[in-house]
Amino acid sequence: MSVNKNINILIVDDYTTMLRIIKNLLKQLGFNNVDEATDGTAALEKIKAKEYGLVISDWNMEPMTGLELLKQVRASEAAFKNVPFIMVTAESKTENVVAAKQAGVNNYIVKPFNAETLKTKIASVLGEF
Amino acid sequence: MSENLAVKQAEEGTSKRDKLVKIIGSMLDKVEKAGSLTRESIFQELKDLKKVIEDSRREIGIARPGDIRTKDIPTATDELDAVVEATAQATATIMDACDAIQTAAGEIGGDQANRINDEIMKIFEACSFQDITGQRITKVVKTLKNIEERVGHLISLLGDKAANAGEEEDKRVGDAKLLNGPQLPPKAVSQDEIDKLLAELDGQ
Repeated sequence: MSVNKNINILIVDDYTTMLRIIKNLLKQLGFNNVDEATDGTAALEKIKAKEYGLVISDWNMEPMTGLELLKQVRASEAAFKNVPFIMVTAESKTENVVAAKQAGVNNYIVKPFNAETLKTKIASVLGEF
Repeated sequence: MSENLAVKQAEEGTSKRDKLVKIIGSMLDKVEKAGSLTRESIFQELKDLKKVIEDSRREIGIARPGDIRTKDIPTATDELDAVVEATAQATATIMDACDAIQTAAGEIGGDQANRINDEIMKIFEACSFQDITGQRITKVVKTLKNIEERVGHLISLLGDKAANAGEEEDKRVGDAKLLNGPQLPPKAVSQDEIDKLLAELDGQ
């Protein structure tokens, strides 16, 4: 399976610096249809309104965390229920990774990360570049 | 606080606790043996007890928990918030410059552009420090606020007067008294204001 670079990607992070970094890295990887949200609530609204091929979300955000966003997406009956979801977070304890996995995350990236890591994780979820 | 001072204070605290326990023990003993119970002896024991309690309150007051809650901790959290804000602004400026260089590299094209682009990506990756340090500082701010809350509880037990015994004076002298580090944005004097002040001083 080869990755489709025309998909819509939603990135979610409360730090504008991180949104900008991920957006730039995605652009370098050939993804140009990238939307942004600064917390889980705003992200959920966007996911309901538009079809995304990938969600890349931080964990530690207010009012709705990335984990809560993931749980609500996976608990939905809508078509977006199975959208590929990558958690990008500084939370690196084993229990965090386990909780995210149990909630249905597709992959998990620990901050700080580089372009190569992002590429590898996206490839594991969407297919080879 | 030096290690020696901390040890000395801990020893004094233990000694006071011992004294308190001894006085209360002695009173209970006298109450139990009704024969040795005199008005004078109870009065003396209560007086000793009162003195130990008052000494303890005064010594806690010297630590100025009121200042810790209303001045020291808010100053520390404001400074940390300013660090987060300043690093966010600096990071945005670095990334703006990277965008401009990428655009310029795109106009050049070829291998050189690719090499420039690779290096720019490394700068972008490194900029994620701002997110990580921001999260760490936020954790420290939360801890400080937790301490502030506990100190507030201590003050409510001691009473405001005991919590701020004596005036704390700035003991620094000479140049040291002028060194206060960077000012927080709301208090900072701008370069324009400094230029104006210098011009006024020159005119005198």
